[in-house]
Amino acid sequence: MEHGCDRVYVCAGTGCTSGKSPEIIENFRQELNASGLSDVKVIMTGCFGLCSMGPIVITQPDDCFYSRVAPKDVAEIVREHIAGGKPVHRLLFKGSRGEAVSLFEADFYKKQERVVLARCGLINPEEIDDYIEHGGFAALEKALKAMSSEEVVSVIKDSGLRGRGGAGFPTGKKWEFTMNAPGSKKYVVCNADEGDPGAFMDRSVLEGDPLSVVEAMTIAGYAVGADEGYIYVRAEYPLAIHRLQVAMGQALERGFLGNNILNTGFDFNLSIRYGAGAFVCGEETALLNSIEGKKGTPRLRPPFPAVKGLFGCPTLINNVETYANICKIITSGADWFRSMGTPGSPGTKVFALGGNVNNIGLVEVPMGITLREIIYDIGGGIPDGRGFKAAQTGGPSGGCIPAEHINTPIDFESLKAIGSMMGSGGLIVMDDSKCMVGIAKFFMKFMVEESCGKCAPCRIGLVRMHEILERITGGEGEIGDLAELEELAEMVNELSFCALGQTAPNPVLTTFRYFKDEYLAHINDKKCPAGECSALLNYEVTDKCVGCTKCAKACPAAAISGKLKEKHSIDKGKCVKCGACMGACPVKSIVRR
Amino acid sequence: MINIFLNGSELAVKEGSTVLEACKGAGVSIPTFCYDERLKAEGSCRICVVEVEGAPKLMPSCSTLVAPGMRVLTHSPKVVKLRKKLLELMLSNHEISCLQCEKAGNCLLQDYAYEYEVDTEKTKGRKKIAEYASSNKFFSLDQSKCILCGRCARTCSQLQANDVWAMAGRGFETEVSTPFGIDMEEAGCVHCGNCVSVCPVGALKPNTRHKFRAWETRKVRSTCAYCGVGCQIDLLVKDDKVVGVEPAGGKSNNGLLCVKGKFAFDFINHKDRLTEPLIRGEDGRLRPASWDEALGLVAGKTKEIRAEFGADAIMGLSSARVTNEENYLFMKYMRAAVGTNNVDHCARL
Repeated sequence: MEHGCDRVYVCAGTGCTSGKSPEIIENFRQELNASGLSDVKVIMTGCFGLCSMGPIVITQPDDCFYSRVAPKDVAEIVREHIAGGKPVHRLLFKGSRGEAVSLFEADFYKKQERVVLARCGLINPEEIDDYIEHGGFAALEKALKAMSSEEVVSVIKDSGLRGRGGAGFPTGKKWEFTMNAPGSKKYVVCNADEGDPGAFMDRSVLEGDPLSVVEAMTIAGYAVGADEGYIYVRAEYPLAIHRLQVAMGQALERGFLGNNILNTGFDFNLSIRYGAGAFVCGEETALLNSIEGKKGTPRLRPPFPAVKGLFGCPTLINNVETYANICKIITSGADWFRSMGTPGSPGTKVFALGGNVNNIGLVEVPMGITLREIIYDIGGGIPDGRGFKAAQTGGPSGGCIPAEHINTPIDFESLKAIGSMMGSGGLIVMDDSKCMVGIAKFFMKFMVEESCGKCAPCRIGLVRMHEILERITGGEGEIGDLAELEELAEMVNELSFCALGQTAPNPVLTTFRYFKDEYLAHINDKKCPAGECSALLNYEVTDKCVGCTKCAKACPAAAISGKLKEKHSIDKGKCVKCGACMGACPVKSIVRR
Repeated sequence: MINIFLNGSELAVKEGSTVLEACKGAGVSIPTFCYDERLKAEGSCRICVVEVEGAPKLMPSCSTLVAPGMRVLTHSPKVVKLRKKLLELMLSNHEISCLQCEKAGNCLLQDYAYEYEVDTEKTKGRKKIAEYASSNKFFSLDQSKCILCGRCARTCSQLQANDVWAMAGRGFETEVSTPFGIDMEEAGCVHCGNCVSVCPVGALKPNTRHKFRAWETRKVRSTCAYCGVGCQIDLLVKDDKVVGVEPAGGKSNNGLLCVKGKFAFDFINHKDRLTEPLIRGEDGRLRPASWDEALGLVAGKTKEIRAEFGADAIMGLSSARVTNEENYLFMKYMRAAVGTNNVDHCARL
C-alpha cells in the first residue's frame, strides 16, 4: 500500500456536525486534492458514539482514531499522516494508559455490542450503495422472496424482541395482532418522536443508518399487510429528516420502496410527518392523532392501534430502535438474537449516556449488563473525582437509581422492580453535587409543561406536585407537604389517562424512596445537603478575609460592608445569592453553606 | 347476557355494555363529569374509576366493557380515597363561590364534594387564568368555574354538529375556546344552548333576568310550543312563573333544544300574551270571550259559508307554533269535517 490510509471517515452526527465536521470534510477534500491525493476517499458517516470526544476522524485501513479534531488540524493530518505516513500523535485518541488506541480498542467500546448501531460510523448514510455493500436489503429480499408474512411474524415473535420505546411490549405480538386484524387497508408507523431530555438514540440511528429503518418498515408492511407507512419524526431533528428524505428517495429510485418492490408485486409507500415538539406525541395514540392532523392527545384504548389505529385502520406502530433490530433478526434468525441479552429481555439496548460521566455518548450494550459496567467501564466513571450519586433511566417517566442499586442488571423487569423503567434509553448520571429534590423538581417541571391537559389528574396534579417541590427547595416546605406529595403521586399514577401522567410521579417517588433524608433536610433544617438550592444557602465571610474590598465592589446588591484591611460581612437580608463575591475574593475567604 | 360480580353480588348484564351502564342498571351510583350517554366515551375526567380485579390500575367505568366473571368494586376504600383526592384537585383549580353561584344546588362538583366529604383547604395552589372570554345574548362562559370535562365541545361537535367549542391550549393552560379564539358568533354559534344544558358546573350559564335557586323551582314536563318537532322540555317554575327551561330526553329531541326552546320562554309570563279568545264586535273593538262562544262563532260562520259558497270557498292556515299532532288534527278537520283540501301551513309561505 502506498499510503497507510486510503479512506477517511468523518463523523457527521449532530454532535460532531455542531463541532464543524462539515468544514472538516470540506478541508479534507481540498487538502487531499491539493496534495495530489484525490484517490483517498473522504466518507461522511453517522455517529460513532463517543460524542464527548468529537469531532471524530478515523483513517482506514491503518485504523487511526483522531478525536476533537478542528478544521485547522486537517492540513496537518493530510501532510504528516496521509502523505507522510506518520500519524499526528497529538490528535490521536489516548486510552486509559495514555497510549494511542484505535476506535474499537478504546475502553468505551469494549463492553458494547453493536447491532442497531452496527453500520453507524461505517457507512455514508446518504449513499445507498454503502448500505447495500454492508448487507443492506438482504433482509428485505429474503422476506419478500423466501418467506410468507406469517413466517416473518413468527421469526420476530420467536426472537423475543420487545419494544424499545419504553414499555417493552413484545414486538412480535404487535405484528401478529396487526396481521390478524381484519381490514383491507393497514398502516405501518414509525415513532421517531424522541422526546426524553438527554436522549438521542433514535436521532443517531436515523442520522447514521436511515435505510435500516426504511427497510424494516417495508418488511413490516409485507408482514402485516400494509401498503403505506408514516415516519413521525420531530421537526427538531433536521439532519435526521434530511437523511431520511435522501434515503427514501434513493430506495424509491432503486426499487426498494414504492410500487412492485424487487419485482415481487409488493407495494409499500412511505411518507414523513413532522412532530411539532409535544412530548405526549411519543405516546402512540397521540402520535396517530397528530398524523391525522388532530390535536396530539391520547385516545382511549381499547381499541388498540393494531385493531383501529391511523385513520381508523389497523396500524402497526414501533419505535426507531425496534425497527433497527428487524433486518438483522430476519437475516441472522431468532436464535442469534436470543443469544444476546437475558431470557426475558433478549438483544441489545442503545443508551444515550449523559450527565456527570466522562464518556458522554451513545452506547449499545447487551441487556443484562449492570449500571456499574455502563457508568464505569464504558462511561469511564465520574469526572473530577466525585462520587456517583444516582442515575436516571427512562427520562422524566423513569426514576433515579441510587448507588445501592448500581449492580442492578439493565433489563425491563429489573428496572421496574427498583421503581424506574427502561424508557427509550436516556441514561443521565448524577454525581454527589446534585440535589435530588432539585432533580425531581426539574423532571416535574418538564412534565408540567408537556402534559397535554386532557385528563384532570395529570393536568392539575403535576402542577400541584411541582408547587410543593418549589416550596421545599425554596425553604418554605412543611412536613405535611411530604404526605400531600405522596397522596398526589399515588392519585396521578393511578388515575391518569395515559402513560405520560401515570409515570410522571416516578422521579418524585424514587427520589423520595432513596433520598428521603434530603427531603427532610430541606424541610426540617432548611438545608440543601448537596448545596444546590440557592434559596437555602447563605454566603459568609470567614476569618481568612484580608479586607481587600473586592467582594464589596463585586456585589450587585451592596450587601457587603467592611473597612479596608478589616474583615467584611454580608447582610443576609440584602444578599441575592448570586455568588459574585465568592468569585471576586482572591483568598477564598467566602464560603457558601 | 353475561355475569359479572358487582360489589360482590352476581349480576347478569348485556354483553358489550360498559361497567358504568351495568352499574346504572343495578342502581349503583357512580360519579361522572365527562360522560354523556349520547356522546362517544371520552374517559378523561377519571372520576368514574372503579377497581377491577386483575387490572393493574383503576379503570374508568364509562369506557371499560364488561367481561364474563369480571369482579368490580365501585366504592372500595382505594376508589373512594382517590376519587376524593381528584375532587380536591379539581376544586383547587375552581373558583369556589358556591354561595353566589346560580348553579348551586344543580352542580355535580358541589354534589360530589359533599358526597365524598372533600376538604377544600387541603390541596391548594395557583389557579388557571384563561385567555378566552366570550358571551352572547343568550349565555356566558365563566372559565374560572370550568373543569374541562369537554361535554360542551363534544355536544357541539357530535350532537349539534357546529364545532364552535374546542379544548384549546395544553396542560394546565388548557381552556375551552373557539377555533383560533375567534368570537363565538364568527365560529358559527347558533345559540342553541345545548352546551349550557350539558355543563355539569357553573361554567356555561344562561344570561337570565330571573333570580332563583335550584331548590326553589319545580320542574314541569312540557312540549316546546315553537314548532312541530315536539321537543320535550322541563319548565323550571318558581312561584308559578317560568324562570328557565331544560331539555328533557324526548324521542324527537334526545335532550337537545334550539335557541327558541332553550331561551325564548319569557312570552309565557308576558303581559301582552293572549290568554283568552277575543271576538271583534260591531264597534270594531276586540272583547274577551269564552272558548265556547268563540269556537261556536267560528263553527257557525264556517257552516254558513260552506252552505252558501261550497267547502272550497274556505281555506285553513295553521301555525308552526303548534305541535305536529295539532297540525295533523287541523288538516284532518279541514279535509274531513269542512270538506276541502284548502289547507296550508305558515312555514311554507
